[in-house]
Amino acid sequence: MASDARKTLIVMPAFNEEASVASVIAEVNSIVPEATVLVVDDGSKDATSARARAAGALVATLPFNLGVGGAMRAGFLYARENGFHNVIQIDSDGQHDPRGVAALLAQLDSADLVLGARFAGEGDYKVHGPRAWAMKALAVSLSKVAGTRLSDTTSGFRASGPAAVELFAEHYPAEYLGDTIEALVIAARADLVIAQVPVAMRPRAGGVPSHNPFKSAAYLGRAVMALVFALVRPRSTFQVRKRQA
Amino acid sequence: MTLTTYILGIAGSVLSLIVVTELLRRHLLRERHAIWWFIAGILALIVSVFPSTLDWAAALVGVEVPINLVFFVTIAILFFVSLQHSAEVTRLEGKTRTLAENIALQEIRIRALEERVSDHESGL
Repeated sequence: MASDARKTLIVMPAFNEEASVASVIAEVNSIVPEATVLVVDDGSKDATSARARAAGALVATLPFNLGVGGAMRAGFLYARENGFHNVIQIDSDGQHDPRGVAALLAQLDSADLVLGARFAGEGDYKVHGPRAWAMKALAVSLSKVAGTRLSDTTSGFRASGPAAVELFAEHYPAEYLGDTIEALVIAARADLVIAQVPVAMRPRAGGVPSHNPFKSAAYLGRAVMALVFALVRPRSTFQVRKRQA
Repeated sequence: MTLTTYILGIAGSVLSLIVVTELLRRHLLRERHAIWWFIAGILALIVSVFPSTLDWAAALVGVEVPINLVFFVTIAILFFVSLQHSAEVTRLEGKTRTLAENIALQEIRIRALEERVSDHESGL
């Protein structure tokens, strides 16, 4: 079965998360004990790697910060090299509730890429003002690209099946917003089936989403640019090379 | 144009060509990066040795003040060089990213091997 939890790698990109990483690992291990947890320490300056290792996770320490996309591609590579069928991305700040993993995995039976959507009815995650409009506009256009209704395209809580792991191990974008928007477009253009399931989201441990209108405008501009360039990228830049067995 | 400015122009273009050649010779500059500097140096040499070629070229493309053609070509070459450098930086970033990922994944393997070795040794 595609959604076997034992063949599932839970990847947690972590950048300076020493305060929360150990408790998130413990929580994931207690809720999905069959899965393997890989923490990708994205060049942290603190004790993230040591805390994660002490909590019993596998730890890949990047020598410098690559961003979420860079950390995730390392995770996909590890999954591909070590025989994991599925990859589930969970934030290491405790924002994602690991109880959503079961729903994501179940959906992988019929889809290659499953997004955990924050606005689809569960939980109490809310964003207002220009940033909400930007996210709404993104959701509408990406739903067209993906061929299915997506309400939360910037969610970092997502599951990838075997076909997506194979694709992302080579072509997971490292650019700003690349890990969310461009990864979706690449998956859609590679004819992967995309789906979303509602997940509950907890408030972020530190900080609140920005509502500064200038930042929102910059965010929208960069998002549109990421989307447009992802759509016009030549196919050859995200084709999966045939590997020798 | 005085003889001094004539000589200055030639000296300048010859010097730039010598520097490019020398860097290439010592492997301090790769051929694909040197090509634009070569083109610039050779154009500068031609124009400084035969100033009339500039007037001819300017008339050919309809530029009224010949020196403006020099500025235009110069800016165009510098533009392409810096664009090439931006593309090169992007490629290098991609390569360092791949290396960083490999290092992180190798570290996991080494750690696992070390654990197995120490288990093995303590079992002896």
